[in-house]
Amino acid sequence: MANKSVFFNPLSKDNPVLVQILGICSVLAVTAKLEPALVMGLSVIAVLAFSNVIISLIRNTIPTNIRIIVQLVVVAGLVVTVSQLLEAYAYDVSKQLSVFIGLIITNCILMGRLEAFAMANRPWPSFLDGVGNGLGYTIILVIVAFFRELLGSGTLFGYQVVPQCFYEAGYVNNGLMILPPMALITVACIIWVHRSLNKDLQDK
Amino acid sequence: MDNLNLFIRSIFVDNMIFAYFLGMCSFIAVSKNVKTAFGLGIAVTFMLTITLPINYLLNTYVLSPGALTWLGPEYADVDLSFLSLIVFIAVIASMTQLVEMVVEKYAPALYSQLGIFLPLIAVNCAILGGSLFMQQRDFTSVGTALCAGAGWGIGWLLAITAVAAIRERVAQYSNVPAPLRGVGITFIITALMGIAFMSFLGIKL
Repeated sequence: MANKSVFFNPLSKDNPVLVQILGICSVLAVTAKLEPALVMGLSVIAVLAFSNVIISLIRNTIPTNIRIIVQLVVVAGLVVTVSQLLEAYAYDVSKQLSVFIGLIITNCILMGRLEAFAMANRPWPSFLDGVGNGLGYTIILVIVAFFRELLGSGTLFGYQVVPQCFYEAGYVNNGLMILPPMALITVACIIWVHRSLNKDLQDK
Repeated sequence: MDNLNLFIRSIFVDNMIFAYFLGMCSFIAVSKNVKTAFGLGIAVTFMLTITLPINYLLNTYVLSPGALTWLGPEYADVDLSFLSLIVFIAVIASMTQLVEMVVEKYAPALYSQLGIFLPLIAVNCAILGGSLFMQQRDFTSVGTALCAGAGWGIGWLLAITAVAAIRERVAQYSNVPAPLRGVGITFIITALMGIAFMSFLGIKL
């Protein structure tokens, strides 16, 4: 029972981006196109799930005073592994993402979940929590990237979606959608929809 | 003169929040009232100001290609730059732990207010971002790194204080649609201020 809610809560009711407000920087940075957003999401799921498990396994041996350094070393090791794997098997995407894969280390979702969940729970729930939160993050990333790529470049996954005749009729891509401020406004709109559906999340 | 120029540019033109959107998580969460926001801003400024020169020294004398030449000519070919991410984050994390202990001991009120966000300074992208920008832009002296770090920190402080002040007024006087209250409207405020700060882009001192 508890495991189930640990896994499903982060998808909507306790979403890391919409409700916990973690990991915003990368949402702004990688969502101009769909493909990097999806790869980024998968990388975060992998790193988050395994770092949660590792920290949960050694949680009783970490001295409280140096826990941040221990957590960061674990995360950094995993991130280096993921970036090496991407370079080996998905070179083009890893080139697009280069800096941002490194910046997974400073993705607040990781530290937030490690501090709030893995430090106090057993490995299996921690693994589910990691996958659930990673999925919740990926969903938001993909939604934001979908709208930004569609409205900003008229493409999805690099293929043109807006028909040529629209452009001939005078339709113009909205260049503003490519800029980071519009990612903020897109996220704000998603929050708006999400909170109108979940009234208990609204601020008084 | 160049350092002063860089300092001013780091505050306004290269503002960490409004130009690069770094350090957003703690920015959104802690900007509810001006007092806490100011406290976190000071902490971030302090961290940027001390970690940037340290990372600059490490980068120049240990990490970048040929940096180990001072050990002897046979080390001239050593290139340790692939380690830079881990070294930077280790410096930042240990400094954060230090600051956390000091704040806990001497300012318990501030400590309880900042809560989980004090440890999160270690993963504040603004601080790692500062070090990565420093590496990318080939700063030429410790002074330059110090000025840039202080400038970015003060820019962050300025941004979070300004947005916190706006949020306080919005919460008091305006009728925001219920689902947008709190976080939603903060995103929109930040986005609009980001667009406004784009007008600083062309400025040269």
